[in-house]
Amino acid sequence: MVQDNGKETTLALRLRVWRQRRGQPGAFEEHALAAVPTSASFLEMMDMLNEQLIKEGKDTFAFDHDCREGICGMCSMTINGMPHGPLPGVTTCQLHMRNFRDGETITVEPWRARAFPVLKDLAVDRSGFDKVIQAGGFITVRTGSAPEANNIPVPKPVADEAMDAAECIGCGACVASCKNGSAMLFVGAKINHLNILPQGQAERDRRTLAMVKTMDEAGFGNCTNYGECQAHCPKSITLDVIAKLNRDYLRARVKEFFSSTGKPSKGGE
Amino acid sequence: MALTGLVLAGFVLGHMTGNLLMFKSPEAINAYAKWLHDNVALLWTARTVLIISVFAHIWAGVQLTLENRAARAGGPAVEATRRATFASRTMPYSGVVILGFVVFHLLHFTLKQVALGGVDFGPDVYKMVVAGFSSKPVAVFYVVSMLLLCLHLSHGVSSVFQTLGLRNERWRGRLDVLALAYAWIVALGFVSIPLAVLTGVLK
Ligand code: HEM
Ligand code: SF4
Ligand code: FES
Repeated sequence: MVQDNGKETTLALRLRVWRQRRGQPGAFEEHALAAVPTSASFLEMMDMLNEQLIKEGKDTFAFDHDCREGICGMCSMTINGMPHGPLPGVTTCQLHMRNFRDGETITVEPWRARAFPVLKDLAVDRSGFDKVIQAGGFITVRTGSAPEANNIPVPKPVADEAMDAAECIGCGACVASCKNGSAMLFVGAKINHLNILPQGQAERDRRTLAMVKTMDEAGFGNCTNYGECQAHCPKSITLDVIAKLNRDYLRARVKEFFSSTGKPSKGGE
Repeated sequence: MALTGLVLAGFVLGHMTGNLLMFKSPEAINAYAKWLHDNVALLWTARTVLIISVFAHIWAGVQLTLENRAARAGGPAVEATRRATFASRTMPYSGVVILGFVVFHLLHFTLKQVALGGVDFGPDVYKMVVAGFSSKPVAVFYVVSMLLLCLHLSHGVSSVFQTLGLRNERWRGRLDVLALAYAWIVALGFVSIPLAVLTGVLK
């Protein structure tokens, strides 16, 4: 990795980029790209490549992006084997070309996981995450007029913890970096965000059980504590959220198992 | 995995500690073995729990590994590893070798069917173990297996805390050290016996 010494230069790169049509097998395509400014972001470099392809009359590479400022979670590229590239704590859109060397060969692949099938080239279908959110990533509130802000007191440490978990932008790098294709970091972040806030208590157990069930059904793998997700997460979410997810899940399962209305069950004594 | 692993990890510590009686005196280990064999209820309760744990542990491990392989769908063409330890990435392999070891070990010292030259040592467990380890390949196999057990435990024991939700960034490092210490204590305790026989300390 080369760090910026304040001077701007340009790079000549060899790019190995994944080309795939939905449902068909894919392959790498090699392209040379010259005069890439070190101040360009990785996505701007990809834009340059696509412009060059258009001029050559070739098909461009499809890739996801939206905000380009590190907050939407759309950009998703595995760069030299690392989701979001070589800089920890940074999304692909915020990764600058000064982190690469002149003459370097860069391999660009989509997120690889069964639960994230390739739509086209570098764009994958992350609707598995949407299903998990639909299963429990919400709280019940009265809609209509805005609620009084301080009606429900939230202790500062709890608010901070929830905010830290809420930093997750749902990009899927945790799944892509996990050697088990597991989504536990994402699900852990979402569950922690909502389960610790007073507003999230009503659905706490139901949320935990439903999100974990949906996660399994969506084809994600199981956590074996590799820790790769934490090391690749652009928002530096830690394994703590997985420990807390496990704790909440155990708690919810035990409560479900011994659930009782406090009255004799039907047909009972 | 966590619960059955916990049972097995507890067993190896207990088993290792009992084995160290080899260093006290032949009478001590023989009396200990006799006491175990005489307590039929205790012996068979322990055996039943162990057998169930072993099978459940293996079944869960195989299931986990197959599911995870499928979920990874081959992974990226370029594989980069930032943090996953060697131990964590080799759990299925160290596990399989330990299973092979356990089968051999049971044939060796429990059923007394292999590598003892057909000699019947009766209740003299001390003599049996010394005779068993006077074969160099057998002793080396035990040592290598115990080192793999160390690898397996170093990841397994620390994982138990995570699975039960009893871990955070502040404790993670300390619990990893604890797991490593546990793994080394168990492994070195076991290894000391074949090594002592090989070097003539026990004879
Ligand atoms: C160098 C290491 C070891 C030595 C010297 C050793 C020694 C022994 C001996 C002498 C016995 C038979 C006792 C008797 O029936 O009189 C035994 C039984 C057994 N060992 Fe080990 N052992 C070692 C490591 C291990 C390890 C690592 C495991 C498991 C992972 C293990 C699992 C067992 C089991 C399951 C039994 C059978 C217990 C029973 O009879 O129900 N051993 N061991
Ligand atoms: S936990 Fe991190 S890597 Fe996973 S989806 Fe959220 S931001 Fe992305
Ligand atoms: S494009 Fe929005 S986070 Fe990268």
